[in-house]
Amino acid sequence: MFTAGAESLLHQARDIRDEELKKFCSRVVNLLQKDELGPDAVDALQRLFLIVSATKYKRKLEDTCVHLLQATLCSPKCPEQLQLLCASILRETSPRDDLTLSCDHIQSTRQLSLVASVLLAQGDPKGEVRSVGQRVFRILESRQPEGPSPRHLLPVVSKITHLAPHTLHEDQTNQLSKRLVDWLRYASVQQGVAHTSGGFFSTPRARQPGPVTEVDGAVATDFFTVLSTGQHFTEDQWLNVQAFSMLRAWLLHSDPEGPSAPDADDRSELEGSTLSVLSAGSTAGRLLPPRERLREKAFEYCQRLAEQSTRRALRKGDSDLQKACLVEAVLVLDVLCRQDPSFLYRTLSCLKALHARLCGDPARVRTLLPIAQFFLNHGEAAAVDSEAVLRHLLTRTPSEFFHSPMLAFELTCFCRDNLPLFGRNLDILKRSFPNLFKLLAWNSPPLTAEFVALLPSLVDADTAVEVLHALLDLPCLTAALDLQLRLSPATSERPLWDPSLKIPSCLEASRDPQFQGLLQYLLRATASGTTERLGPLHRLLQPLASCARVVQCAQAVPTLLEAFFSAVTQFADGALTKQLALLLLERSDSLFQVPQYEAHVHRVLSSRFLALCALHPSLVVELAKELLEFVGSVSGIQGRGAMLASVVRPASLPAPPLPRRAARRGLRSVPTQVWAIGEYLSVSWDRRCTVEQINRFFEALEAVLFEVTQSRPSAALPRCPPQVVTVLMTTLTKLASRSQDLIPRYGRGRTGKPAGFPWVREWAPDACPVPDVRSAGGRLLASPPRFSSSSPTSWGPRSTCGARLQRTRVPSSSGSLCSCRR
Amino acid sequence: MVHAFLIHNLRAPQAQDTGLCRVLYSCVFGAENSPDDPRPHGAERDRLLRKEQILAVARQVESMCQLQQQASGRTSVDLQLQSSDEPVPLHEAPHGAFRLAAGDPFQEPRTVVWLGVLSLGFVLVLDAHENLLLAESTLRLLARLLLDHLRLLTPSTNLLLRADRIEGILARFLPHGQLLFLNDQFVQGLEKELSASWPR
Repeated sequence: MFTAGAESLLHQARDIRDEELKKFCSRVVNLLQKDELGPDAVDALQRLFLIVSATKYKRKLEDTCVHLLQATLCSPKCPEQLQLLCASILRETSPRDDLTLSCDHIQSTRQLSLVASVLLAQGDPKGEVRSVGQRVFRILESRQPEGPSPRHLLPVVSKITHLAPHTLHEDQTNQLSKRLVDWLRYASVQQGVAHTSGGFFSTPRARQPGPVTEVDGAVATDFFTVLSTGQHFTEDQWLNVQAFSMLRAWLLHSDPEGPSAPDADDRSELEGSTLSVLSAGSTAGRLLPPRERLREKAFEYCQRLAEQSTRRALRKGDSDLQKACLVEAVLVLDVLCRQDPSFLYRTLSCLKALHARLCGDPARVRTLLPIAQFFLNHGEAAAVDSEAVLRHLLTRTPSEFFHSPMLAFELTCFCRDNLPLFGRNLDILKRSFPNLFKLLAWNSPPLTAEFVALLPSLVDADTAVEVLHALLDLPCLTAALDLQLRLSPATSERPLWDPSLKIPSCLEASRDPQFQGLLQYLLRATASGTTERLGPLHRLLQPLASCARVVQCAQAVPTLLEAFFSAVTQFADGALTKQLALLLLERSDSLFQVPQYEAHVHRVLSSRFLALCALHPSLVVELAKELLEFVGSVSGIQGRGAMLASVVRPASLPAPPLPRRAARRGLRSVPTQVWAIGEYLSVSWDRRCTVEQINRFFEALEAVLFEVTQSRPSAALPRCPPQVVTVLMTTLTKLASRSQDLIPRYGRGRTGKPAGFPWVREWAPDACPVPDVRSAGGRLLASPPRFSSSSPTSWGPRSTCGARLQRTRVPSSSGSLCSCRR
Repeated sequence: MVHAFLIHNLRAPQAQDTGLCRVLYSCVFGAENSPDDPRPHGAERDRLLRKEQILAVARQVESMCQLQQQASGRTSVDLQLQSSDEPVPLHEAPHGAFRLAAGDPFQEPRTVVWLGVLSLGFVLVLDAHENLLLAESTLRLLARLLLDHLRLLTPSTNLLLRADRIEGILARFLPHGQLLFLNDQFVQGLEKELSASWPR
């Protein structure tokens, strides 16, 4: 528990000064030098540990103190409690230059393990890892029956092979492999004897230990494994547990070529040819070299575990262990088959049976993943169709188990890590994106980064449009999944949804057949190739929009959209770009109304729209009709009395609450679309651009400009920001320069007065200097507006450019073209 | 293999501004940098880096836990002590996993598995491809052992001055960061050894 008392203790430990620490160290030295090390010494060392660990900065410990800590650690008479504390203090202050510790003379293996933990934490500047390794192996090779138990040493070996595998010689590796075989395969099948304290009345012979049992209580039928139980255990049974725990890492270490060395094609050829030559019989009869013998015994062990996992465990802990053992067994089998393809034939039959059995067991769904991994790794060599396994995994599992955070994480990582291996099956992955998005929608914080990496592989020319719709509807998917869970029978004691949120109206309305159809579409498992307008569903699920899970998902969407567009622009051709741009315009007003979601999405969509236009400048002309409609609908809002002031505001200002109508039509993205119109609606970009189009756009934009400047600002709807007005005016100027008919109008403005847009000056007489618009035409903005700055845009110097704009240079984003021609 | 184990405090989602995320205990098994590491490193710098990496993990876990609590609609009340007699339902405790990319903050990519119990976060930092079922059950076991043997349910105790007990548990159940396949009976056996080694 972390209480106020604990907080103050931490503060004290951090604030202690060097002089005080020095005094404390001398006290520790005094205590440790005594013959009897009592509770005072323990207390002092506990405090010392807190002092050195509470801060990330170095604490100077006196040399005598450090020396004594090391001596105490190595002393054979010292109680375990003190040894642990000394080791932890030395480790916590590592790396150290002044350590004189050595494991050469330590007899107790438990103590040796503690000393090793300190030495291995130094980062190996003096070859500590090698010296520890050598000492450990010398003890392991000694094989004295009364000698120190190797039980405490195996984890050290495992650590060393992890940190510095090159420090072990081949003969040492072989020696240990031989001993591992003994421990794995030939451990005692009788239970251990209880360590009774003896006494006058105890009769040791009365208690004969029986055989070990399986997890379901039956007597063990074969050799001892980690799934064998008993009242007490013998030393070699302990070693059996240790040996299996380190087996996979050891197998990977002891294969000098490693699984990555041969080329994938060569390996599958090798596997294929070996398969045809060797029979299914095992090679147990011949005397094998240590490495091969270990593999053989490992194989038998894994098979036994697979059989033992079919039993119904009496205790919950054992049931969990069975699942973990299954996973490990499959992982070990995978390593074995990679190292020696002759195992493949036997493994396949075992795994196929296992897979069939596990498919129907919802409690063991996570164990399907390593099996699928195995089939991906070896399927081709064994001519096994991994498609069925993958299809089952991707189409059923996410729909049923999206709410399990661990499964969602593992499945996502499985997809991401195995992308190169999917091969022909990549199509299944792509088509399953709706299902994968369920994992993301429900568990967005941990999975967003994984999906950003995964998205490029899910998107191709066929799926891009559907994926974009799905991404924009992701928060709605979260809400739909929540609703689905509420409607289904409860599977666990605690509700999987947020019980504080009550939505009776949603539950009632969801029975309507119209919504059923849309819900089914949204919750589909595979890509359908079609799109549906989910507007009615957005309204139905509105009560869920403020739910925390939905909001979290909504916050992840902008990042995912960026990843999507980065991927899609790599391969999108003109037709697809046009579809996507159209989608952006259409969807800008039909998003699920999560607080602030629309604003963030519009920011991404507007910059991406511009990027798409930059890639395919003729887009503006091709989408002229839709753009015109888009701009027109913006001005049509005037009739409803709402203002267009919901457009982009500087990032530093909080967004005011807006009526829904004003926020309609994605007005934050208006400036970018307008800018794009100004840039690309020109015959120089697309020969099909006509003067009529330019005129129509001019009129529409002029109407918008009139409205934004003429409407009265109120408390709820403040004035339109200058950036928007600037963009509109700039665009109008550019358009005017491209059409003969417009120049006189430009000169006159809507009210018929000369020197165009005089109402703009009325709109903002003091706020910012509004020069003669003609001069604005003389020096136009050099780049698309950035809507995050808070300063008003500068208008540029006055020029003497007249009403007839002869040579107005329009620096566009591509920076080279003068786009005004007559 | 486990690279590190840590315990930190978990603040309630609403209490973001009060106090800081504090690492109450951490243990790194072995060192991350190897002799082949081309970067120049001093002892102090290495230690500083190690502590900051652990703190970065603790902060991320805290935020993941808070987000999960908010999403499930569980308030901070659940994280507080209900009653010291009730066994803490570890299977329903918030838990999860996420990945850390290479360089952020560890050199190698790592996987983090976490468990939130009674305003304490228990975290295992693992290698990238590990048996997560085993890691999860080991983490639950460690949490249960620490709660029981350190009597963390009693309001007045804390784990700051109990490093010896924490180390004793880790030395037996997670030696040198090795995840062990322990069935219930083995766990009981080790617990008996543990209790026997502590002076009363």
